[in-house]
Amino acid sequence: MRVALFITCVSDTLFPEAGRAAVEVLERLGCEVEFPLEQTCCGQMHVNAGYEEEAMPLVGRFARVFDGFDAIVCPSGSCAAMVREQYPRLAPGDPAVARAAGRVFELSEFIVERLGVEDVGAVFPARVAYHPTCHSLRLLRLGDAPLRLLRNVRELDLVELPEATTCCGFGGTFAVKNAETSGAMLADKLRCLRDSGAEVCTAVDNSCLLHIGGGLSREGDAVRTVHVAEILASRG
Amino acid sequence: MTGVGFPAAAARTLRDEQLRRNLRRATTTIRAKRARVVGELDGWEALRERGAAIKAEALARLPELLEELEASVTRAGGVVHWAADAAEARAVVARLVRDAGSEEVIKVKSMATEEIGLNEGLAAAGIRAIETDLAELIVQLGHDRSSHILVPAIHRNRREIRDLFARTIPGAHGVGDDPGELAEVARRHLRETFLRVGVGISGANFACADTGTLCVVESEGNGRMCTTLPHTLITVMGIEKVLPRFADLGVMLRLLPRSSTGERMNPYTSLWTGVTPGDGPQSFHLVLLDAGRTATLADPAGRDALRCIRCSACLNVCPVYERTGGHAYEHTYPGPIGAILAPQLSGLRDHTSLPWASSLCGACYEVCPVKIDIPSILVHLRARVVREAGASRGEHLAMRALARVFAHRRRYEAAQRLARLGARPLSRDGRIERDLPGPLHGWLAYRDLRAPARETFREWWARERGA
Repeated sequence: MRVALFITCVSDTLFPEAGRAAVEVLERLGCEVEFPLEQTCCGQMHVNAGYEEEAMPLVGRFARVFDGFDAIVCPSGSCAAMVREQYPRLAPGDPAVARAAGRVFELSEFIVERLGVEDVGAVFPARVAYHPTCHSLRLLRLGDAPLRLLRNVRELDLVELPEATTCCGFGGTFAVKNAETSGAMLADKLRCLRDSGAEVCTAVDNSCLLHIGGGLSREGDAVRTVHVAEILASRG
Repeated sequence: MTGVGFPAAAARTLRDEQLRRNLRRATTTIRAKRARVVGELDGWEALRERGAAIKAEALARLPELLEELEASVTRAGGVVHWAADAAEARAVVARLVRDAGSEEVIKVKSMATEEIGLNEGLAAAGIRAIETDLAELIVQLGHDRSSHILVPAIHRNRREIRDLFARTIPGAHGVGDDPGELAEVARRHLRETFLRVGVGISGANFACADTGTLCVVESEGNGRMCTTLPHTLITVMGIEKVLPRFADLGVMLRLLPRSSTGERMNPYTSLWTGVTPGDGPQSFHLVLLDAGRTATLADPAGRDALRCIRCSACLNVCPVYERTGGHAYEHTYPGPIGAILAPQLSGLRDHTSLPWASSLCGACYEVCPVKIDIPSILVHLRARVVREAGASRGEHLAMRALARVFAHRRRYEAAQRLARLGARPLSRDGRIERDLPGPLHGWLAYRDLRAPARETFREWWARERGA
């Protein structure tokens, strides 16, 4: 299967290790991974901040860059949801956009739902809490796909995260425009993480991990943030 | 803009630790109750679909249904009045109270009358409005403002309420903070009022166009007193509350209590149709309030907000509301629904910050009994604010510039290199820890920022896989 990796601007720039891990896992599962270098940003920040008009060229551009692949796989629930849920509303008459929306997958969703694999042969010796990110949970409706993969990782001790489905307070520009409120939400998420006893917090979105990780490092907390793709690529 | 805007108002309420604890306890309790009673129904999703369809039909046929409602109410002996805005509605009600020869009114808990500032309007006309709902009474006695659609005094705990009663209710000195004891004090205080005052004022949860039946749903029975004891009853209702058929109540009355108080059925459901000789109020007036509803209806991407049945399930699950409380929204309607209703009903320019008072987490949409896609409407209203009210010029220029960067691979790659270079002197161990002025200030006030990687993913790919 010819798979295009849609890395997202956040992971490309800040979390390249998650992208490398995604490539490794996909190739291990027999996919032929390509990375269209023309890709940039899907435009989610612009749309969600009220700049739809400015985002429109990015929507059309994305659809052209990623046309012709069997699947577009993305290590972000939020950016995958942008393409699947918002693109058709923004460009209703564009067949390339419709094709992109129909072929985009979040990484864990792709592995479980499309490839039908739940054990990727990973080893990750650590106590891990899974934070279900809002868009992967409520827009993509991933259900327990990431958890099924994590449960099959050797030596991984999956601990329960209290109030797991509550937003961490990131919300894109929300974290900056409503910094006090966002900070209060983050403080509660960090408290839950500490209560869980986890050594590692994982999620399918690096933007949320950027937020949670930034809070942990500000507080000098020892809990690390690691993208699900990196856990799945790990051999111990 | 009226008020200081959400970010500043929220920063103020977030500092109130007691408020944070009160809200956390109350919303956590009510969330769990709702989840329990919703979970015990097999067909909840189907019921939501039906509720959404009924309200969508009502909005699509609104002019016709309102005329039908007017005819039905008139036929049943009521009088219908139309009010284009809040001022007109206040004037109509004040005139009706004076005509009834009263200087006092007793009130059922009602969002519409709060929205139009009826109590203040009546006071200016020399008429005293007495709230009879326990929570509204607490708000009124404390000269406070409501902070929740269903539980207006959610920001107060029972010790604060005990102190308030001891101070303001004659004979309540020395009362304890047991909820039963507090309710008893309020009951004695109100009982005499119910028997004395001749005019009742209510809102309406629903109005059935075909029969002219009005419906009020409540927990305490005070609403039942107000709608049955006085000789005159005045109901103020937003025009979007009309339902096509009496039979639609069968769906709505199952959705509402489960979503709002987490009960299978609320204790009191009062239904009345016009006037019944010798029984209940002998004079009934229905004031149909527009106040921005028609304008909201004109926006196809925003109009679904009018489906709202004021259950407040979205407030109780909202992580933003739980932390800031209702006052931060600076409007009668707080929480996620307020963030899409207030700017549409009261003017986008007066509430430009509300569409951003959300992390777009989607918890509100998940619980809404009439399936209002609140996150999508928030995004739509953000675009409208940028287009119609004008965002900050600096932000607009920055977003436009960034869009141009993202539109070309080479510009994007150059920006990545620039960001890496710019972050280098600011970062230590791969992260920026110091607060900086400018757009990053909000972020860095509460968290560190990971610095751009030494090698981007695409640089790695080009190096490893040769482009």
